[in-house]
Amino acid sequence: MHWEIVIGLEVHVQLSTCSKIFSGAPTAFGAEPNTQACAIDLALPGVLPMLNRGAVERAIKFGLSVGAHIAPRSVFSRKNYFYPDLPKGYQISQFDLPIVGQGSLTIQVPTGTNGQTYEKTVRITRAHLEEDAGKSLHEDIQGLTGIDLNRAGTPLLEIVSEPDMRSAAEAVSYARMLHTLVRWIGICDGNMQEGSFRCDANVSIRRPGKELGTRREIKNLNSFRFLQQAIEYEAQWQIDTLEGGGSIQQATVLFDTEKGETRSMRSKEDAQDYRYFPDPDLLPVVIDDEWIEQIRSSLPELPLSKQAHYTADFGLSAYDANTLTSSREMADFFEATLNEVPNEAKLCANWLMGDINASLNRQSLDITQCPISPRQLGCILKRIVDGTISSTAAKEVFKTLWSEGGEPDAIIDTKGLKQMSDTGAMEAMIEEIIASNPSQVAEYRNGKEKLFGFFAGLAMKASKGKANPAQMNEILKRKLAG
Amino acid sequence: MLTSSLSQLGAALRSKKISSVELTQLYLKRIAALNPELNAYITVNEELSLQQARAADTQLALSHTHALTGIPIAQKDIFCAKGWRTTCGSKMLSNFIAPYDAHVIEQFNRAGAVNLGKTNMDEFAMGSSNETSFFGKVKNPWNRNSVPGGSSGGSAAAISARMCAAATGTDTGGSIRQPAALCGISGLKPTYGVISRYGMVAFASSLDQAGPMARSAEDLSLLLNAMAGFDARDSTSLQREPEDYTRNLNTPLNGLRIGLPKEFFTEGVHSDVANAIESAIAEYKKLGARIVDIHLPNSSLSVPVYYVLAPAEASSNLSRFDGVRYGYRASGYANLAEMYEKSRAQGFGAEVKRRIMIGTYVLSHGYYDAYYLQAQKIRRLIAQDFVEAFKQCDVIMGPTTPTTAFNLGEKNDDPVQMYLSDIYTIAVNLAGLPGMSIPAGFSNNGLPIGLQIIGNYFEEARMLNVAHQYQQVADWHTRSPQHIEV
Repeated sequence: MHWEIVIGLEVHVQLSTCSKIFSGAPTAFGAEPNTQACAIDLALPGVLPMLNRGAVERAIKFGLSVGAHIAPRSVFSRKNYFYPDLPKGYQISQFDLPIVGQGSLTIQVPTGTNGQTYEKTVRITRAHLEEDAGKSLHEDIQGLTGIDLNRAGTPLLEIVSEPDMRSAAEAVSYARMLHTLVRWIGICDGNMQEGSFRCDANVSIRRPGKELGTRREIKNLNSFRFLQQAIEYEAQWQIDTLEGGGSIQQATVLFDTEKGETRSMRSKEDAQDYRYFPDPDLLPVVIDDEWIEQIRSSLPELPLSKQAHYTADFGLSAYDANTLTSSREMADFFEATLNEVPNEAKLCANWLMGDINASLNRQSLDITQCPISPRQLGCILKRIVDGTISSTAAKEVFKTLWSEGGEPDAIIDTKGLKQMSDTGAMEAMIEEIIASNPSQVAEYRNGKEKLFGFFAGLAMKASKGKANPAQMNEILKRKLAG
Repeated sequence: MLTSSLSQLGAALRSKKISSVELTQLYLKRIAALNPELNAYITVNEELSLQQARAADTQLALSHTHALTGIPIAQKDIFCAKGWRTTCGSKMLSNFIAPYDAHVIEQFNRAGAVNLGKTNMDEFAMGSSNETSFFGKVKNPWNRNSVPGGSSGGSAAAISARMCAAATGTDTGGSIRQPAALCGISGLKPTYGVISRYGMVAFASSLDQAGPMARSAEDLSLLLNAMAGFDARDSTSLQREPEDYTRNLNTPLNGLRIGLPKEFFTEGVHSDVANAIESAIAEYKKLGARIVDIHLPNSSLSVPVYYVLAPAEASSNLSRFDGVRYGYRASGYANLAEMYEKSRAQGFGAEVKRRIMIGTYVLSHGYYDAYYLQAQKIRRLIAQDFVEAFKQCDVIMGPTTPTTAFNLGEKNDDPVQMYLSDIYTIAVNLAGLPGMSIPAGFSNNGLPIGLQIIGNYFEEARMLNVAHQYQQVADWHTRSPQHIEV
């Protein structure tokens, strides 16, 4: 009998506000320690928090884009615990009245077979606003711990899912979709190295159809690869433990990225009593319909809606549609290219997901840094479609354009890549090939049709690659038939 | 000069009868003479005060003046003032020099007032006798064996002994009104949200409110004009049109409806206090007021509700005093937990620790509903009582405290007895209403008695009018302690 893996994710999304959630200090990453911590972030005696409206607006944006209920009144609470990088001795968070209620996210999960996906809807339990803590620096000063409060007070949206995922692949697809979405709607820069998007995974196993098993929570996974590895390791560990006659204790675990193992950080017994209570320094957050509607009307078309549009109207596969909507910039690039060569969606998709993406990846660039513009790519594709150049020649134009710049048409001219479209010349050329290969012609005519490729190769070579393949094949077929 | 009202002092300064530097020096000398005995001030900083006085004199010479320009005002040591040691009466902050100004301090600076020094107070404003201060007890100028009240006991004593022209206080459960009553001065706690809490060290955020302390209602109104006003840095600060709190001072009281809650006149009130309040009410009748009997049926629950909610908030507010970034840190510790434990065990006094423990307990898992939530519900009922009462009257009056100043040390071993000295003041904080105390006579043994006036929300100007009219026919507020030379 097999085990079912049950996964729920808590994702911390750093909101892209310029200043902190409760102070005016900047949120930019990478500054000298404690240079972006004001009196409020340092929790000096007497300071008070001031809610950043931009953070609330971003939370509403998120809620609307997952079809969630936006609480007309939500409350900030204090989560009390002592830690040196938590200056107030409490974290301002939301507890029983979060700003975003239940919603859902539909994801495409790869099946493992090339290009195949299946669709799944993951329910979102809630999302709430909170402030980040600072950092303890244990390595920098010998024998001492340094505290850097630059990150203290950075706005976070914690997005909690239901335990709806059944494999590491599903969890990763969900996390990726969330990552796409928060960047898409412009509430997070999505920079995982800088900690702007961090996942905690609650993992348990059970026999299908049975009650949920005891979960262990893997903290702070900051890449999709680690998320996948950690869940896979953890699930296997739980299976081995139960099958070995052991039991699972509720615990918080850390993923050791070097060893690829999860290890227990604290058990349920050590769980702290956070003594949540409403923060008396902050008023309840009241959100009226007008504000919600104003934000709703400012939202861009969302990836899911675009995916539906791409599959229904352009005839693209779900996989293609999913890849092309992996970011708003990607979708914009695709649509701008398609605008140059209408009705050639599949061709655009193939080039974007193939040559463009491969070249970008090679140089670790993202689509916004692509040296070729949608207009230029569109121009290359247009020349393929109208028969001016072959696909092979197009790749050469692309390469030149990528490394040297210029304009596609000019490159085609200078490099002499235009296809041969003079049928007379092509017929003469093919007649010559037929005349100089009599034995192969005889074999072909006796039924060895495989030899067509041999003749096509010779013809293309004779044309120096400039023959229009369709035209050439047609003439070749006719001549060979005799 | 020492008996002048704030407006008289302002006039003297503007007409160059005296300079701000001279006036400041006069008070500094007086502090030097009296403070070793009374201990009303924790910190005096002659250099900083005189610097402000000189700047005020420049402003006065240019006639760029506000009603308070050049007037030396004492600040309760709960307000952060840039460059000033700000201790909040605690060892925990005994080495803390504030790097920024509280809103209240900014407002006084803007008005050109002189910060005369930081007054003594109960540690983190937790106390009703000023005996919990790490910096020692304050003596009541009317009787050196008596407490001045608390937590703003230093400010009250300093005003009463003429060691400042006026002062600030804060009031979480009576900390302005109770010491004002016990020291024979006037004090006002405004409606919650009228004065920004920014820069005021927090005790119980939903109850804390700063306010003026002075000799007369007229002085209070001038101080409140400077202190009040919206401040975006405090989310609970109220966005309202600025008011001139002096505007109604001279309005006659004909037809004023005074509500007397029977719950404030029980056998717990000392007879001297009861008699004095009765006489004051009689005086008000002469001024044209009429009396309405009212009920505040839930007010008896104020003390227990307060001692759930205030410690709950305090337990969290005081978590930042952990020895990590500023303030006291124990010298020897083996690890992080020990650093916290020792720093807090050594840095906080007994009363603060008691309240942190009560607060931690009532917020704990499994107790939260029974204590914190229950107390919040009763808090709403108490507020509702006042809403009903103010349908029948314009102001509510009663004694500020059940007794006059008790002896130093008298209630130290019995926290509940100590807590009960705020029995009439606490409900006002729970409801967020404005309340004030004005001198209304003396006990047989010569100790001051305070009359409490409670107004409806934002009725400060009306309350000041009610108090001022009384102070036109009574002279209690002008009296000085016998032993203090004026």
